[in-house]
Amino acid sequence: MLRTLIQSLRDGVVTTRYPDAPAEVPERFRGAPEPEVGRPFGALPTASVCPTGAITAGEGAAYTIDLGRCIFCGRCADEPSDGAIRIGREFELSARRREDLLVRIGRDADGRVTELAPEPADTAALGERVAERIHRTLGRSLHLRHLDAGSCNACDWELVALLAPHYDVRRLGIDFVASPRHADGVIVTGSVTRNLEPAVRRTFEAVPEPRVVIAVGACGCSGGIAPASYASAGGVDQILPVDVYVPGCPPRPEAILFGILLAVGRIEAKRRPAPAR
Amino acid sequence: MALELDTIPALSAAVVSERLGARLGGRVAFSSAPRERDVTARLERADDLLEAVRELSGGLGMGLATVVATDERREREGDFKVRYVFEPARPTGEPLADLFVSVVVSAAATRPEVPSLTPLLPEADWHEREMRDLFGIEPIGHPDPRTLVLHDGWPAGLYPLRKDFDARMQPERLPAPEFPHVVVEGEGVFEIPVGPIHAGIIEPGHFRFSSVGETVLHLDARLFFTHRGLEKRVEGLTPRDAFFIAERLCGACSVSHALAFAEAVEQIAGVTAPPRARFLRVVALELERLYNHVGDIGNICAGASYHAGTSAGMRLKETLQRENEQLTGNRFLRGFVVPGGVYHDGAARAAAIDRVARETGDRLTELMLALERNPSVVDRLDDTGILTPEEARDLGVTGVAARASGIDRDARRDHPHAAFGGPGAVVPRVSTDAAGDVHARVTVRAAEAAESVRLLRQLVASLPPGPLCAPLPDVLPAWRTGVAVVESPRGASIHWLRTDGAGRVDRYHVRSASYANWPAVPVAALRAIVPDFPLVNKSFELCYACTDR
Ligand code: SF4
Repeated sequence: MLRTLIQSLRDGVVTTRYPDAPAEVPERFRGAPEPEVGRPFGALPTASVCPTGAITAGEGAAYTIDLGRCIFCGRCADEPSDGAIRIGREFELSARRREDLLVRIGRDADGRVTELAPEPADTAALGERVAERIHRTLGRSLHLRHLDAGSCNACDWELVALLAPHYDVRRLGIDFVASPRHADGVIVTGSVTRNLEPAVRRTFEAVPEPRVVIAVGACGCSGGIAPASYASAGGVDQILPVDVYVPGCPPRPEAILFGILLAVGRIEAKRRPAPAR
Repeated sequence: MALELDTIPALSAAVVSERLGARLGGRVAFSSAPRERDVTARLERADDLLEAVRELSGGLGMGLATVVATDERREREGDFKVRYVFEPARPTGEPLADLFVSVVVSAAATRPEVPSLTPLLPEADWHEREMRDLFGIEPIGHPDPRTLVLHDGWPAGLYPLRKDFDARMQPERLPAPEFPHVVVEGEGVFEIPVGPIHAGIIEPGHFRFSSVGETVLHLDARLFFTHRGLEKRVEGLTPRDAFFIAERLCGACSVSHALAFAEAVEQIAGVTAPPRARFLRVVALELERLYNHVGDIGNICAGASYHAGTSAGMRLKETLQRENEQLTGNRFLRGFVVPGGVYHDGAARAAAIDRVARETGDRLTELMLALERNPSVVDRLDDTGILTPEEARDLGVTGVAARASGIDRDARRDHPHAAFGGPGAVVPRVSTDAAGDVHARVTVRAAEAAESVRLLRQLVASLPPGPLCAPLPDVLPAWRTGVAVVESPRGASIHWLRTDGAGRVDRYHVRSASYANWPAVPVAALRAIVPDFPLVNKSFELCYACTDR
């Protein structure tokens, strides 16, 4: 007992101060792919370089990268593209609307890359209203039931990491609970497999209202490596109403924490609609 | 049998062909495939299968590594093929021969059938049920008629891995009766259903216990809830694109799967990764083993309610995952191994890796001392969840689970991959323990983690110079097969890959270490009480994702 105590004292406090202090990411960290404004538009890589179909190159000036599909492999920046795409360091990518995850790249009069503003909001997003209700009902705390709906387990391990001493999300009033009946919402990893769909629906229905749904990882956001097929629904929003999307493959623990705080309305999304005109 | 045991010849392709040929009266054609050193034995008659397998598993002491079915109805012979891949399995204390023997049988295009191996080889059970579900190939004589991969409500007569099945099809869910779990009935016998959604943050599976009081009489485990159809998904992709999916079969074994896939591709292309890349691949592989093992030891502490240990394990794991991210840009080491070599160099991180490995080793020693000194923990681990050496052998168990039941096998030594073979080969020390209980699995894991620490420190101090990647051809050769084995943190994972006429993926099959080990969990659970099941389960630490695919 004494030995354990001495060891703990020696280790000291390892817990991060995130989100109060920014998280540092290593030099090689692969965040969101970003357009390099001013490079020749024609140098952008073809859509086929992306293994998950996250890149869409339409007619003329339409070029988008869907962060909900992106597995952050870095390949689009590796292709010879005259530096038109680079891998950025941003990981706080969570958004309330699926379309907020689109990086929209345009072409100016000189044929150069520009970054377009996100799609404007039509009405106040439903997610915001739920977040408001959750906020009103529950204050700042959020208890979530985790649902593995067919992940590769990487996202799940990152959720486990959030409970570890380095992140200790309980310090923020966030916890993962055993029963959906004790939960304020579900946090779902995986693309929702056919074999899990009934269990996913039933678990969600057992959560009292108001309830949030957070989709974690490329598979949760869009199907990721398992798009719609005989075995996969192709994303959480095919089955449940999603309030917050957390891109990543897997998202690092702080990225998931960012998404959870967004769901409860304690933080503002960086990727959000332009104000309606 | 005893006589045969004593007279096993040193295994080689020549010996195997000679013995098989004699046993089958010549009704077999041999070729050296997939690798030059291997044997592919094409049987004239599927009825000879059992005879061939008796020779391989009995006389020659080989074990079933994997079973791969293919739909070749559009190819020349217009049939289905089933390949039963065997490997040397009787430990000798020496490296086993790096040899695969594939016995190939044909099954008719209409009503495909093959004799079932399961009555003879329990380890064939799941492979055959999977083949029945996904290809509609019936293993005649299989004792278990239940589905495995496709769950309730899947329409009869639809086989997703057949070539004429469109992967995007989402058949309607039909009304279905409750799945027939195998349960024990009798006075005082309770049925305890658990899952698929569990109380903690873990992967989904369903466990049906039959118990009297706390004693487990039977455990029926139902898996494949996370079946994502990934083997079908990669068909028709270029191996370069398929690689990213292979790397994501499993989070915790990302490097192992990436490496096995990459080596299969390199085999097909006839390319060898440069020396520096092969050594860096081992660095990634041992980092993966180390972060998994320390985390798993922590989780076993959780199963034994020793929370200081749980917390220590989590802390060590997190420290390592942060180093993973420094080295590769990803906490699960994704994006490091690539077909042809590695993406990043390790020189800049050598000192940091050396330090983190050393500290992890020191802390783990402290943790193991504290654990061994704590009688309330040791009492939970001792004699709990025993898997006997015979059971481990019959079920074809691999990795820590096998070595903790006294089976001296390790693919790093027996199927050398990355820098475990070739010039300047890295030689891992293999640890075993004969007890087969939870305690043995903890001890073996700790010894392996210590060995990973030693290997990592040795590796980063002596990386050979040279390029990081060998160029691969843009298009891979057509109709070639590659087979690769990697010792993942959970044991040997076997990847089988074949290209089609355009050099794209025709068939990809993965037998993960967890796939091989799952059937052992219900057996070990019989030597535990119900409340100890989480502990037994964690001592095996199996994934669902790479099992279910
Ligand atoms: S980084 Fe994302 S967008 Fe770029 S190729 Fe990879 S998955 Fe596609």
